Amino acid sequence: MMYGYEWDTTTWLTYTISILPIILIGLTVTLKAAVAGFAIALSLGLAFALLRRSRVTAISWTTAFVVEFLRDTPLLVQLFFLYYVLPEFGIVLPAFLTGALALGLQYAAYTSEVYRGGIEAVQRGQWEAATALNLTRMQTYRDIIIPQAVPRIVPAMGNYLVAMIKETPVLSVVTVLEMMGLATMIGERTFEYLVPLTLVGLIFLLLTLICSAGLHRLQKALPKAGIPMR
Amino acid sequence: MDWTAYLPMLWKGAVVTMTITLAAIAVGAALAFFFGILRVEGGAILSTIALCYTEVFRGTSLFVQLFWFYYALPLVGISFDPITTGILVLAAHVGGYGAEIVRGALSSVSPQQLEAARALNFSRYQTLFRISLPQAVVEMMPAFGNLAIETLKLSSLVSLISIADLTFSAQSIRNLTLDSTSIYSVTLVCYFTMSLVLMMAMKVVERFVRRGDVMPRPGQS
Repeated sequence: MMYGYEWDTTTWLTYTISILPIILIGLTVTLKAAVAGFAIALSLGLAFALLRRSRVTAISWTTAFVVEFLRDTPLLVQLFFLYYVLPEFGIVLPAFLTGALALGLQYAAYTSEVYRGGIEAVQRGQWEAATALNLTRMQTYRDIIIPQAVPRIVPAMGNYLVAMIKETPVLSVVTVLEMMGLATMIGERTFEYLVPLTLVGLIFLLLTLICSAGLHRLQKALPKAGIPMR
Repeated sequence: MDWTAYLPMLWKGAVVTMTITLAAIAVGAALAFFFGILRVEGGAILSTIALCYTEVFRGTSLFVQLFWFYYALPLVGISFDPITTGILVLAAHVGGYGAEIVRGALSSVSPQQLEAARALNFSRYQTLFRISLPQAVVEMMPAFGNLAIETLKLSSLVSLISIADLTFSAQSIRNLTLDSTSIYSVTLVCYFTMSLVLMMAMKVVERFVRRGDVMPRPGQS
C-alpha cells in the first residue's frame, strides 16, 4: 500500500501533511482492532465471570486459574503464542483477527473481574425474589441480575476500552498495519522517525483525552437516566 | 529437541527481564511520589507541569514512547544505550500511573488530620511527611501491587528495541528451532511465575508499610 507515495521531507510541516493520509488509514485499523477486541473482551469476560460463579468447584477453580494466568502474563507473549502456535494446530487466522483475539483474551480477564464486582453488588433480595418467583438460574442472570449489574460497570469498562486502544500498537509486531506499524514503516523508508512517531503519539493523546472526557460525561449522565449507581 | 534445552537461554533473558522490571519499579516509584506530591502540594505552575507529565505518559501508548525515545530522539542528538532507554521509558510510563495513585491517596487523607496538624503548629513539610504520607502510603499499596505486575508485563515490550529480555530470547529460539508451542508455553509460565513472586514480594512490602497501622480497613479481617 506504500508504493506510489512520495513524502516531502523538506520541512516537518510538509512531511506531516504528506504522511497524514496514510496515518489516518492506520487510525481506522487501530480503532477497528480496539472495537473488535473490546467486543471479544465483553462477551468472553461475562462468560468467565459466570463460569467462575459456577457451583461446580472444578469449573469455578479452572476459570479462576485461567483468568489469573491471562492477567499475569504479557499481551505481547500471548500474541506471539496465538500467532505462531494456533497454525500448528491447523487454525490459521488472518493477523488482524489473531491480534483482536489476543487483545480480547487479555482484557476478558480484566472485564470478568469487573462483571464479578457488578454481579456481587446486586442486592441479595433480588436473588431471593427470583427464587421465590421460581425463576431458573439462567433466567435470574439474564432477566434480573445482569441488567442491574451493567449500569454500575459502564465506567470501569470504558476505562478498559481506553487502555485497549493504547495497547493496539502491539499488533504491528504480527504484521497488522495499524497506525504505529505504518509510522515505523515510513520511518524506515525516509530515515526520519521523529515526525511520524510524534504524530502517532499526538493522535493517541488526542484519542485518550476525547475518550476520557466522553466517559466523564457518561458517568454523570448515568444516574440522571434513572439508573441506580449504588 | 527437548524443551529443557531452552531453559539456560530463557533464564538469561528472565534475569534481564527481572533487572529491568525492578529498576523500572524503583525509578517509577520515585517519579510517582515526586509528581504525585507536586500535583497536590505544588503551586499552580508546578502542579500543571505534573499534570502534563501524567497526561502525556498515560495518554500515549508505551509502545509509541519506547520507539520515540529509541528511534526519534537520537535524531535530535540525545541517545542512551537500549537498556537505559528501556528502563527510563518504562519507569516514566508506570510513574505516570503511579503519580495518579499517589495523588488520589493523598487527597483522600481526611481533612480533620490536616486540621489537627495545623492546630499543633506543624509546618507544611511536617504535615506532609509525618501526617499525610504515612497514612496515604497504606492506601496506595494495593494499587501499587497491581502496577508492579503491570510493569513486569509491559517490560516485554523492551524486546522490540533489541534488548535481550525473556520475550526476545523466546523469539530468537523460535527463529532457530521453529518449535513455537513449547517455547511460548514455557515463556508464559516463566512470566506467570515471576508475577506470582512479585505479587508475594508486594504483599511483604504492604505488610511492612502497614506495621503499627491500627485503622480497620476494608478487605482486612
